[in-house]
Amino acid sequence: MTAVDAGMLTTADGRPLKDALARAEGRAKRRAFLLVAPLLIFILVTFVWPILQVLEQSVYNPKFSDNMPGMVSWFASHPVGTEPDEAAYATLVGDLKAAAEAKTVAVVGERVNYALPGTRSLFTAVGRKAKTLEPPFKESLIAVDPKWGDPDLWGVMRQVAKPYTGDFFLAAVDLERDKNGSIVRVNENERVYVNLFLRTFAMSAFITAICLVLAYPVAHLLAVLPLRQSNLLMILVLLPFWTSLLVRTTSWMVLLQEQGVINNILVALGIISDDGRLQMINNRMGTTIAMTHILLPFMILPLYSVMRPIPPSYVRAARSLGATSWTAFRRVYFPQTVPGIGAGTLLVFILSVGYYITPALVGGSSGTLISNLIAFHVNKSNNWSMAAALATILLVAILILYWLYDKLVGIDKLKLG
Amino acid sequence: MTAAKTAAADAGFVEFDRVQKSYDGVSLVVKDLNLKIGKGEFLTMLGPSGSGKTTCLMMLAGFETATHGEIKLAGRNINQVPPHKRGIGMVFQNYALFPHMTVGENLAFPLEVRGIAKSDREAKVIRALDMVQMGRFAGRRPAQLSGGQQQRIALARALVFDPELVLMDEPLGALDKQLREHMQFEIKGLHDRLGITVVYVTHDQGEALTMSDRVAVFNDGVIQQLDAPAELYERPKNSFVAQFIGENNKLPGMIEALEGQKALVRLATGELIDATAVNVREKGQQTLVSIRPERVEFKPEMMPAGAHTIGAEVRDVIYMGDILRARLAVAGSDGFVMKMRNTLGQTRLAAGQKIQIGWHPQDARALDPM
Repeated sequence: MTAVDAGMLTTADGRPLKDALARAEGRAKRRAFLLVAPLLIFILVTFVWPILQVLEQSVYNPKFSDNMPGMVSWFASHPVGTEPDEAAYATLVGDLKAAAEAKTVAVVGERVNYALPGTRSLFTAVGRKAKTLEPPFKESLIAVDPKWGDPDLWGVMRQVAKPYTGDFFLAAVDLERDKNGSIVRVNENERVYVNLFLRTFAMSAFITAICLVLAYPVAHLLAVLPLRQSNLLMILVLLPFWTSLLVRTTSWMVLLQEQGVINNILVALGIISDDGRLQMINNRMGTTIAMTHILLPFMILPLYSVMRPIPPSYVRAARSLGATSWTAFRRVYFPQTVPGIGAGTLLVFILSVGYYITPALVGGSSGTLISNLIAFHVNKSNNWSMAAALATILLVAILILYWLYDKLVGIDKLKLG
Repeated sequence: MTAAKTAAADAGFVEFDRVQKSYDGVSLVVKDLNLKIGKGEFLTMLGPSGSGKTTCLMMLAGFETATHGEIKLAGRNINQVPPHKRGIGMVFQNYALFPHMTVGENLAFPLEVRGIAKSDREAKVIRALDMVQMGRFAGRRPAQLSGGQQQRIALARALVFDPELVLMDEPLGALDKQLREHMQFEIKGLHDRLGITVVYVTHDQGEALTMSDRVAVFNDGVIQQLDAPAELYERPKNSFVAQFIGENNKLPGMIEALEGQKALVRLATGELIDATAVNVREKGQQTLVSIRPERVEFKPEMMPAGAHTIGAEVRDVIYMGDILRARLAVAGSDGFVMKMRNTLGQTRLAAGQKIQIGWHPQDARALDPM
């Protein structure tokens, strides 16, 4: 039968075969869909929707535009570089009065402050006095604070008046717009994000590498031991999983701190002197040690699941064919574990890139990662757009890695368990 | 077995000398194994699972170490030689073709690790593939081949580096019956053509009988009998071998009279039968008489003059095409089997029919009671 007449096939009573098939299978398909529908809706509501929200937050910030409608229209009708006249100041004061009424001056000040640090107080101060301001507004505003006449401030207000902006992404990679609107790098002492991204990826790569080196022999041992013993060992591997993350991290604090168990033992053994105690916590070393420990099972399990079904006869065959044990490992055993290595490294790397609690607790200042800064922007500086931009970059970077992995190894070769 | 091969067997190309193997230090899996395998011989280790045959093969290949005794290859002690230096080809039960390599790469592997030049490698790979009629498949991956094809590739890979000794660990176990029979024929052909020595492990007695020069029947870590297939089938030395190789009727009884090789056995139900004494020594000893179903006769003219006969009742007759298989009640038990050739003039027995059966004394072997 050729493909051409396959489209014209009919059932015994002359109905098109495709229709008959769809009808016959339709009921089962609908039922299957209904079964997965609750989970689908749950994921859409609790996962996909929030992520889309975050993506939008990273380019959309209406804090200024919502509360200062007069200014938005003034900026719209006057081109860049227009000297703000009395009418402009009158509009500004009108907006500020309305904002003071609605108690949103602080919000506006916050938004301007993201772009031009040190301006928050400018707005909160004028918010308190808005009602008392009299025309001519230009003079009276400048009398409150001469900064109101600063063309930089007006330039920044023009920028933040647009609710949709790429500025947060610029800031997230240490770039900003200068007065003329062209993109430049921020001052050297303000460049934090790029370095932090680099540090995050470098530390994650390092942690992943250590995990792989430590996990490979353990997974192999698990795979070749008789089931009874390997089950016991597996429980030891999984034990950390059943312990709270916080407990595990704090126990590392107990072990690693300057007056902690490890330092005490080293001093007692005379390996280091009492004033030469090692700084193993609140720095990169602390983060690396604690995270390696916590993420190790995520490397062991995929490796184990790949190694378990590899029959010992492969290596035996290689040996009988004349390969030394090293050659047999390198040419025969190792290539077959690559899917597990891929899955494990991808898993551990992605998890560690987004790790938060452990670096926050044991990382100090040199061991914190980008997610700690994201948390800072969410909790402390209240700059959700900045947090969203940083998170989006992280997400895109991981998607790129995933894509690269697919190109190099093939996602279908991924074996998680 | 030819005379030349017999001579070679005595020389012992492969030799197990008082080999013992224990895994746990408590029990022996292989007990005092002494075996000489001649150059060019096809020797099969046959036995039920757990009988120690695979352990012997693994010790020869170098994957297990002998707890005691010496294993020699071409006169050299190889106990301490690692597997990759033994130069022994091996075919595994699940083929063990490397899944991440093509067929060609699989075959080139043993040549590569031996440092053979690329051009020579290619020629040898092609020659080995042609040997198993798989020349067109060099670019395929093992997963794209059928079980029989994978088996051929595994065979070619074990032969490609021209080993003098090839070990096969139940290589045909995963194939269906027809393919298995075909591959038996091919392996045997390769063995004859290349003059290699083959040590073959199987639990399938049919395979062992059709392919081997000699068969070593293993049970409980001991070789029960080491003989050519015909010898093994027709003259089993003990009850285990009699039962393990082919189908056998077993009649328990007691030695009534013993005169050289001739024994008279009285069954539990009182009947007297003729038998050949194999490993019984004296009158009054308990014994198990074993008779092949195809050697049982029910027509008086087929039995030797003066032979003892015994009454039997036909329970049922199964039509099997080339033969008719009758189940008889003999000496109080239902399990007695008689096979008759399905010839034109064959007497057709019916269920319930009462007959007298007998046999040539040399076909009934009085063995040790199990």
